[in-house]
Amino acid sequence: MTEPGAILEVTGLRKRFGALQATDDVSLDLHAGEIHALIGPNGAGKSTLIGQISGALRPDAGRVAIAGQDVTAMDTAGRARLGLARTFQISALAMDMTVLQNVVLGVAGAQRGLWRFWRPALRDPALLAPARAALARTGLTGEAATQVAALSHGQRRRLELAMALVLRPRLFVMDEPLAGLGTDGSAALTRTLDTLRVEAPILLVEHDMDAVFRLADRISVLVEGRIVATGPPDAIRGDRDVRRAYLGEDGP
Amino acid sequence: MGRERIVNAALAVLLLGVPLWAHWAGEPFTITLATRAAILALAGVGLNLALGTGGLVSLGHAVFFGLGGYAMGILAHHAQTFTPLPLWDLPGTKSMPVIWLVAITGGALMAALIGALSLRSSGVYFIMLTLAFGQMCFYFAVSSPTYGGEDGLSIWVRNGFPGLNTLDPLQFFLLAYAVLMAVIWAMARIKASPFGLALAAARQSPARLDAVGARPFRLRLVAFVISGAVTALAGALFADLNRFVSPSMLSWQTSGELIVIVVLGGVARLYGPVAGAILLVTLEHYLGGISEYWQIALGAALLAVVLFARGGLIGALAGRPVAHD
Ligand SMILES: Nc1ncnc2c1ncn2[C@@H]1O[C@H](COP(=O)(O)OP(=O)(O)OP(=O)(O)O)[C@@H](O)[C@H]1O
Ligand SMILES: [Mg+2]
Repeated sequence: MTEPGAILEVTGLRKRFGALQATDDVSLDLHAGEIHALIGPNGAGKSTLIGQISGALRPDAGRVAIAGQDVTAMDTAGRARLGLARTFQISALAMDMTVLQNVVLGVAGAQRGLWRFWRPALRDPALLAPARAALARTGLTGEAATQVAALSHGQRRRLELAMALVLRPRLFVMDEPLAGLGTDGSAALTRTLDTLRVEAPILLVEHDMDAVFRLADRISVLVEGRIVATGPPDAIRGDRDVRRAYLGEDGP
Repeated sequence: MGRERIVNAALAVLLLGVPLWAHWAGEPFTITLATRAAILALAGVGLNLALGTGGLVSLGHAVFFGLGGYAMGILAHHAQTFTPLPLWDLPGTKSMPVIWLVAITGGALMAALIGALSLRSSGVYFIMLTLAFGQMCFYFAVSSPTYGGEDGLSIWVRNGFPGLNTLDPLQFFLLAYAVLMAVIWAMARIKASPFGLALAAARQSPARLDAVGARPFRLRLVAFVISGAVTALAGALFADLNRFVSPSMLSWQTSGELIVIVVLGGVARLYGPVAGAILLVTLEHYLGGISEYWQIALGAALLAVVLFARGGLIGALAGRPVAHD
């Protein structure tokens, strides 16, 4: 199923939690220019799969490759340096710091510039310019000086995205970036994601079916740790197994 | 930043003004108390980088404090007895800059060792590991007779600093104060640097740090090394103030006292340890004179801070930290 030239290649991944087979022989890939959506009911194992792709979880078996390089044994930081940018289902942000400080941290990380001890980060134009650009793109310019703890849920979701943007990655891996955004916020962020695929392909885990069918070039359906179908949106919409397993009972 | 800056400046002026006044009023003991506060504040500033910014609750910082103390004691001991140092055939020294360099280097190396062995664990396990290393060093000092064992080492004359008469209480105070201010200034720069941001972020969200391609362990290790080096420098000054070093500088009670200084003053606040040390030394002096049980009052003050004023004294005076620069 995977072919050469894929930016992300996952082959035969397995992960077991006690008696639960959370990932069951999963293979998928991601190509330049596409959004590949991963859908499935709650507890299907989507976040677990993302964890193994990003390096936070170690698979029991299988292989993960980024741009042809086997990264199965590599830690999260190593994969990030290879160009994998992930967003978290539950925001992972420095709550006591300001929005700008968070994003500047991301820029410094991307530039391998964290081992500098003397120059104030917020007075370094090389860090500030990309940080401000990412804030502008996610509509957070007005919140630059706000402490993250004081942000609304929607603003935190946008900051999650900004943190991924500043990494200038080769691929995005996003775990429910639209969760809890409401109709307007969701529509706005969907437009942003739409423009993003030309910069780097996106593996998108999302429950919002409107967004998924609008954005995705391909959709894979995960049920109980297994991929039960992969294909273009129209084929998935018409797939009887998918409708029964997922869209029918748990759909929008 | 505004209000905290004013509080910080007031603390700096207070710590400088009291001994200047005492000098004028002819009260050298007050100068000694202020010197003690400045040196303990310096140790606290070192600890605060690890504990406050890094979130690394070390119950073993007495190791670095005592190591600095013994660096002073051992070098001065060999100098005053005209005996060479045991391992290298070098003479001792009575020069503070050399002693400080040895203390800083020793503190950094020891922190690198302890950090490398304990920073992979976190929470209570980290606290227990640092405590265990502290106890090991304490018993090592108690049981090795070469440098006084349990009784410690006394120095006949305070060590010297080029251009100063360190026997003059005010001059020694000003030296300690200058070191404190220089280190606080350097800490402010470190905290605002990319490294400082990353260290603070590693405390708040380690997963985020991984996601931007950095490894929390290495950041924490470097912070721990800087922290240990600063606390060791304070230890060398502290031993010089007392002209005496003993295993008590290495005891877990000393580690606890350093934590008290940081917590009382304000965790992760730049001048927190200054406020904490001034408060501790003042309480110790006045309440210690009234009753032996003054530490109960200290305990009550600590409890009040933990329960009601999370930001310590600085937090109570300056409000929540304003993160923006
Ligand atoms: N660390 C863990 N230990 C044990 N079980 C786990 C662990 N992490 C996840 N699980 C279980 O694995 C299954 C898959 O969880 P996962 O979070 O991957 O689902 P998901 O598809 O992301 O669900 P959601 O749509 O609710 O986010 C669930 O049954 C969950 O309880
Ligand atoms: Mg999930």
